[in-house]
Amino acid sequence: MPLWDWNYAFEILPDLLWALVTTIEITLLGSVVALLLGLVFAVLRRLHIPVLDQVLWAFIEVVRSTPLLVQVFFLFFVLPQFGVTLSAFVVGVVGLGVHYATYTSEVYRAGIDAIPKGQWEACTALSLPRLRIWTGVILPQAVPRVLPALGNYVISMFKEVPLLLAIGVVEVVNEARELGSLTFRYTEPYTIAGLLFLLLSYPASMLVRRLERRRVHA
Amino acid sequence: MSTPDTTEPMIVFDGVEKRFGSNVVLKDLHFTVAPGEHVTLIGPSGSGKTTILRLLMTLEQCNEGTISVGGRYLSHEMRGGKLGPPREKYLRDVRKHIGMVFQQFNLFPNMTVRGNLIEGPTRVLGLSRDEANGRAEELLDLVGLKEKIDAHPTQLSGGQQQRVAIARALAMRPDVLLLDEVTSALDPELVAGVLKLLQDIGDTTDITILCVTHEMGFARDFSHRVMMFDGGRVLEDAPPAKLFTDPDHQRTRDFLHAVLNH
Amino acid sequence: MENLPQIVGVLSDGLPETVIATLGGVLLTIILSIVAGLLLLSSSRTVRGVTRVYVEGFRGTSEVVQLFWIYFVLPVLVGFQLLPLFAGIVVLGLNHGAYGAEIVRGAVRSVPRAQYEGAIALSLSPAQRMRRVILPQAVVEMLPPFNNLFIQLLKSSAILALITVPEVTRQAREVLIPNFGADTLLIFGVTFVIYLVLAALITLVMRLLERMASARLGRRPSRAARAAARAAGPTGTEGVAV
Repeated sequence: MPLWDWNYAFEILPDLLWALVTTIEITLLGSVVALLLGLVFAVLRRLHIPVLDQVLWAFIEVVRSTPLLVQVFFLFFVLPQFGVTLSAFVVGVVGLGVHYATYTSEVYRAGIDAIPKGQWEACTALSLPRLRIWTGVILPQAVPRVLPALGNYVISMFKEVPLLLAIGVVEVVNEARELGSLTFRYTEPYTIAGLLFLLLSYPASMLVRRLERRRVHA
Repeated sequence: MSTPDTTEPMIVFDGVEKRFGSNVVLKDLHFTVAPGEHVTLIGPSGSGKTTILRLLMTLEQCNEGTISVGGRYLSHEMRGGKLGPPREKYLRDVRKHIGMVFQQFNLFPNMTVRGNLIEGPTRVLGLSRDEANGRAEELLDLVGLKEKIDAHPTQLSGGQQQRVAIARALAMRPDVLLLDEVTSALDPELVAGVLKLLQDIGDTTDITILCVTHEMGFARDFSHRVMMFDGGRVLEDAPPAKLFTDPDHQRTRDFLHAVLNH
Repeated sequence: MENLPQIVGVLSDGLPETVIATLGGVLLTIILSIVAGLLLLSSSRTVRGVTRVYVEGFRGTSEVVQLFWIYFVLPVLVGFQLLPLFAGIVVLGLNHGAYGAEIVRGAVRSVPRAQYEGAIALSLSPAQRMRRVILPQAVVEMLPPFNNLFIQLLKSSAILALITVPEVTRQAREVLIPNFGADTLLIFGVTFVIYLVLAALITLVMRLLERMASARLGRRPSRAARAAARAAGPTGTEGVAV
């Protein structure tokens, strides 16, 4: 048996690409959750509302310090006991999204903290309403400069999707595993799976790096 | 002050050119410095004075010409009767005889004052810790900071840091000492003390000293020779008495006028 | 609640595997980070290029793929299978070492050029310059991002459950869920606590090291550096361009 069988590789490629679509879907939907929820976390924490502030802090610390896999199991096994049954796909999107929201919230926070005090004071001097300060002055300045860091987290999420195979999501690596179990050939499926990740995430991270450099020099 | 005799030069620049990209900083530069001589380099900023010190410390390599110190090439290495690019090992050997004090002190923050002073002597010259310590204490005594031996550089004032940096350079017992605007980063009230220290060192040792400074009073008292640089060339080279009172070039006169009325 | 003792007992049985995997991974990460980080700064294009392939290869692919590849594919190629725990440690180390290399490279490059020049002026050799002057200063910059990296590694160790390592997460999933199906909240509650405590221990040790390293430089540990490391993207070194 050859170490690498090209015919077999081409035979399984369509199935793997099809599973890659699922991976990308989960990444994109999870990113939407992470980017929006993270922003909410960041703004809420900045408002320093008693109790809510401490609760949020504790929540973020717990989520950041414990494995995504355990959190996914939590959503998958615990929620149904409280009457909430989500599909594996939705658990994946929510789990990934919430986990990464705790990271993006720190990124937003750094961006917000970097806005000079003078900007806030100017808002006060103009008597701008609270909402307008955020949507018109602070966030439009803070978000663009943290885009590269956010982009990096989206790429990270993409690479973490495979651990959803533990709850039965058929993404690339799970598909590779199933293909392998049919033929007892694992070299081609897993190698192709790895290359697919590299093929997408390397150019993406190059793009982010370029964005980063433009920001630094701007 | 008498000029030391100039039989065998300590430093020789022969046709040196230095470019940074397309910017020519030094052009066809020739000069020598005698052993024990104190030479001050003056001139407008960007005239290449500091580059000369950096070339001598091998922090930069020249593009054309040769530089030698104590009869050995610094810019090249003689191998098999031919001049080639110097290897790190060779450079390190020549470098041992040259010390430098920087404008920003460049003390190592991860070591105490003692650590900074014994680092070179123990690691490069192979002195024992005891010997190096003895030398360090002696030198700190000289620069008036004996009680600071176990302090961290960050705990010292700028003037104190620069004294330690001077002691660190002297701890290597260099033949040539390079002083690169050593008082420019100091608060005005600390300048005089450091200059006095350098004057003492100049008076009591036979180290060859090259100095870049904007302190014209110090340059006059300290130097045997002053070289006025402009546009990467030596415009004028004379004893301080002549250069400061009766320079040959209008450009020198203008420069001195600008600096002294600053 | 009456099952709490058994649940804690079963999860504790997985603790040694989680701790060994994490410590082994951390050790390998430190070694690879320093070696690859310094090689990334080499003057040789070839050396830099080869190191880049390692760094980008591991940062560009999924850790689960890397794990499956080493556990299922490598045996076919080399003819023998690694023990699951060992394979896990190798992947944790290789993966996080690739991230750590960028941390080391960035920290070394952040040491001011003047420090190199000071070391050259004392005629220190290139190795002495790095070991005696540059690295001790760079270490202070490295510790906060490495703290984050090691916590990532601890969290990643859970994926070893996927290749049958009986660590904490696998104990929860494979032993407890089938047997104590009614106590899922408790099971995962305790699991979270275990990881939280381990993460806190890592942070404690790293803060201690940070304080020691800062004291050597006559500085206080910098809050700003820690905040920056926290906000930094997964690439670690660049952080948020603010």
